[in-house]
Amino acid sequence: MYSNLVSVTESSGMDVKNLKEYLCWLYYQYLLITGIYVLEPWEQSIFNTVFFTMVAMVIYTSYVFVPIHVRLALEFFSGLCGGQEESTVALMN
Amino acid sequence: MTECSANKSANGDACHHKTNGRKPGRNGYVKNRFHLQRQQLQNSFYPKEKASCNGGLYSRPFLESFEETPMLVAVLTYMGYGILTIFGYLRDFLREWKIEKCHIAREREEQKEFVPLYQDFENFYTRNLYMRIRDSWNRPICSVPGAKMDLVERVSHDYNWTFNYTGNVVKDVINLGSYNYLGFAENSGPCANAAADMTMKYGVGVGSTRQETGNLDKHEELEQLVARFLGVESSMVFGMGFATNSMNIPALAGKGCLILSDELNHTSLVLGARLSGSTIRVFKHNNMQSLEKLLRDAIVHGQPRTHRPWKKILIVVEGIYSMEGSIVRLPEVIALKKRYKAYLYLDEAHSIGALGPHGRGVLDYFGLDPQDVDILMGTFTKSFGGAGGYIGGKKDLIDYLRAQSHSAAYATSMSPPVAQQIIASMKCIMGEDGTTIGRERIHQLAENTVYFRTRLREMGFIIYGNNDSPVVPMMLYMPAKIGAFGREMLKRNIGVVVVGFPATPIIESRARFCVSAGHTRDMLDTALSAISEVGDLLQVKYSQHRASPSLDRAFNEPAYEETEA
Repeated sequence: MYSNLVSVTESSGMDVKNLKEYLCWLYYQYLLITGIYVLEPWEQSIFNTVFFTMVAMVIYTSYVFVPIHVRLALEFFSGLCGGQEESTVALMN
Repeated sequence: MTECSANKSANGDACHHKTNGRKPGRNGYVKNRFHLQRQQLQNSFYPKEKASCNGGLYSRPFLESFEETPMLVAVLTYMGYGILTIFGYLRDFLREWKIEKCHIAREREEQKEFVPLYQDFENFYTRNLYMRIRDSWNRPICSVPGAKMDLVERVSHDYNWTFNYTGNVVKDVINLGSYNYLGFAENSGPCANAAADMTMKYGVGVGSTRQETGNLDKHEELEQLVARFLGVESSMVFGMGFATNSMNIPALAGKGCLILSDELNHTSLVLGARLSGSTIRVFKHNNMQSLEKLLRDAIVHGQPRTHRPWKKILIVVEGIYSMEGSIVRLPEVIALKKRYKAYLYLDEAHSIGALGPHGRGVLDYFGLDPQDVDILMGTFTKSFGGAGGYIGGKKDLIDYLRAQSHSAAYATSMSPPVAQQIIASMKCIMGEDGTTIGRERIHQLAENTVYFRTRLREMGFIIYGNNDSPVVPMMLYMPAKIGAFGREMLKRNIGVVVVGFPATPIIESRARFCVSAGHTRDMLDTALSAISEVGDLLQVKYSQHRASPSLDRAFNEPAYEETEA
């Protein structure tokens, strides 16, 4: 029982460690691709702040506005289709 | 820069587009090449690569590849440079407003209103990009830079503006950077001993030029040996390889002459051509259609405005191009030179000793006659483990240069131990020392080159150049990866050379390995596994057509057949 517990905690520990390693690797790739790997720490933090603020704003605005736009678009297109149907019906009569 | 790689990829199959308007009958070798190229493509070991083998002119398959830059990588690289440029401007702004201390050379206070002496765009690059990753360059070495070397450990506490030495030595770093192709950079063995004896006898300094009191019997002996080695009538040696090019081209060409230069020629050749005052036209790298077009235009139109014929036309090419690892298409260049009656200047800086079954450079590699090249130039810095350069050719040419060249009249002559080192190593390569060491080294180099290139390709890296060239450029592209690659390799005890913008097109940053005969298979395997590990870490295995491990050309199979015992 105890050993089981240990193994469970170990595996979860491993998972956390793997996840952490993966995130580190991801951040390293981000550093390399953007080129900020060569910058000094304070420059890196400026870049990260600007970059992640922008990303957060994009996500937030899309969360706020995209559903509204989708709904409006759907209404518009359904209205368009509906109108067409009505007119065809009218023509047929 | 993507344009540049597009040009390169078009090199091999350029004849598909550019043969129009030319009668096939008159241009036999172009047609010939076209057919053979197709055959070669079908049974090519490397898929999708350009392989052209002109049956009439080439005695061996001529496999050269410049894989195109993946689009995404090119976009990300430009983005990276964009971000770094923005931060560069930010730092310049801070320096301008004295918020931050400026470490680099700048105008004096009293000269503030003058035209700037130091600040220009290349300087922006040095200040804001090179300085940040400077730790991968200029590392002090404290041993003989052979197959392994010792480095002085250094740290920087102010982001590479200054370095402090810790007093420690990084031992046994595998050296993949030195141009030590035949492994003659040694501190023991017959060559080093001969040089040491010579120092005891003649000293090190000469203190005069060749024309005055700096002409030693060793120089005469060396010149005769070089002429015999190259198979030419006469030769002349100089104390500095760079000056051999930059000071002798002005002696050979002048106003009213035309120099046709490959676009990737070394700076020394470019400088020499510019100093000569002749008109310079540049042809696309290793592209014979482009060269032929320039030659025809030059002959048809003559000099601009006056339309007088050119006094002489000099084609300037290199044997192995040091940044691309490509080998000049010499048989075709010679065919063109003969057809249009131009002169040929061949710079064998990297290829002498490193190519050919007898180590006699690119002429030996293609099995050509040295008489076909008018001016043979090369250096002793690389394969011979010495310093300086030579020019070989007809006796008339050398006599003329002895009188005319600035390098002969004004430069201090070669140091005697260096001359002795070159004599000893050259005799070793020629087998005149009674051993087969030279021959074995040439063989070993060819084997190492094929092994190293094949393994790197299999790992999925983009490798440029000819399959037989010991210069192996590996593409890194992104600016941050230049620095990261150098640092990560050094952590794994491997010294590499990384190359960036002024030496290469801006997005084609690369690491350049130089294979040596001194590398054992173990060293190469260690280096390769480290390169693979770092390649995975940095994600630089860009190649989109991976070569599967193939047995077409087994690793143990020598690139050159033993022609004689």
